[in-house]
Amino acid sequence: MTLEELRKMRNQMKTEVEKRETAGKTIQIIVGMGTCGIASGAKDTFNTFLKLIEEKGLADRVMLRQTGCMGLCAHEPTVEVVVPEMPRVIYGDVKADVAKEIVEQHIIGKKLLDNLIIDKPAADIITKK
Amino acid sequence: MHYTLCDMIADITANSVEAGATCIALECIQTKDAFNVTVADNGKGMSSQTLMRAKDPFYTDGKKHPGRKVGLGIPFLIQTAEETDGFWDIQSVPGKGTKVIMGFNLANIDTPPVGNLQDLFLDILTLPGNYDMDIHRKDDEAKLDYKLNRNELKDALGGELESAGSQILLRKFIESQEV
Repeated sequence: MTLEELRKMRNQMKTEVEKRETAGKTIQIIVGMGTCGIASGAKDTFNTFLKLIEEKGLADRVMLRQTGCMGLCAHEPTVEVVVPEMPRVIYGDVKADVAKEIVEQHIIGKKLLDNLIIDKPAADIITKK
Repeated sequence: MHYTLCDMIADITANSVEAGATCIALECIQTKDAFNVTVADNGKGMSSQTLMRAKDPFYTDGKKHPGRKVGLGIPFLIQTAEETDGFWDIQSVPGKGTKVIMGFNLANIDTPPVGNLQDLFLDILTLPGNYDMDIHRKDDEAKLDYKLNRNELKDALGGELESAGSQILLRKFIESQEV
């Protein structure tokens, strides 16, 4: 593939991303990629998310970002998920199987994975099983 | 130590971005038994004193995590290189930048696997920040020799690399260079 071919493919993509961004409707998945995250497989987690987003046809509404260590090294890989009109949460121990659950249940199903949340919303929002 | 050599490169490259580099050059030259990697940046650099201390796993500047007492990126590299018959060198000038040289002996049984270079490139090209990055991959065994430039790719992808749409296309582009 040449750069020109890449440019054409990008131009063919919907401009939905920009529209959603300005409307505050974008879903964000932020993967912690500090030394601790990388050592725990955060690169695989990142790439798994990207594959799942493509498979589920969510590419036009998801921003996949990287950040450094979130300070929760004992639970790497950590992933922050921001879905409009839902509380921001940080999930811990996000291996490939958990990434799948996050995409299917949190992002598509709009339901928090209570048992995997390790930081954020107040205790009255999550129900521990 | 990191599970793959690619993980190590991701870690060291992230340091360049965090050091405020606007230009980063990554070279990955592979032969049958050797994997030689150079990461050079024009970030804030380190004084010789700071560099000495960065080699100590119990040193960190304390800015990212106040109160924390470890910084493992560079120590992981030193540990891996020294335990597996590899070599390493770090040259740094404050205000000018840093160059990290890593050499791994792929014939040594203790050397971690190389890992997936395509995934590595995708990850380090999509780190947050406004930096340019040149990547050169050469692999004699696989008969591969190609270069990637972040600004060119970003421009072709509508000026942004953070949407999953851009990243999916970027992954396809990198994959196409591997053939």
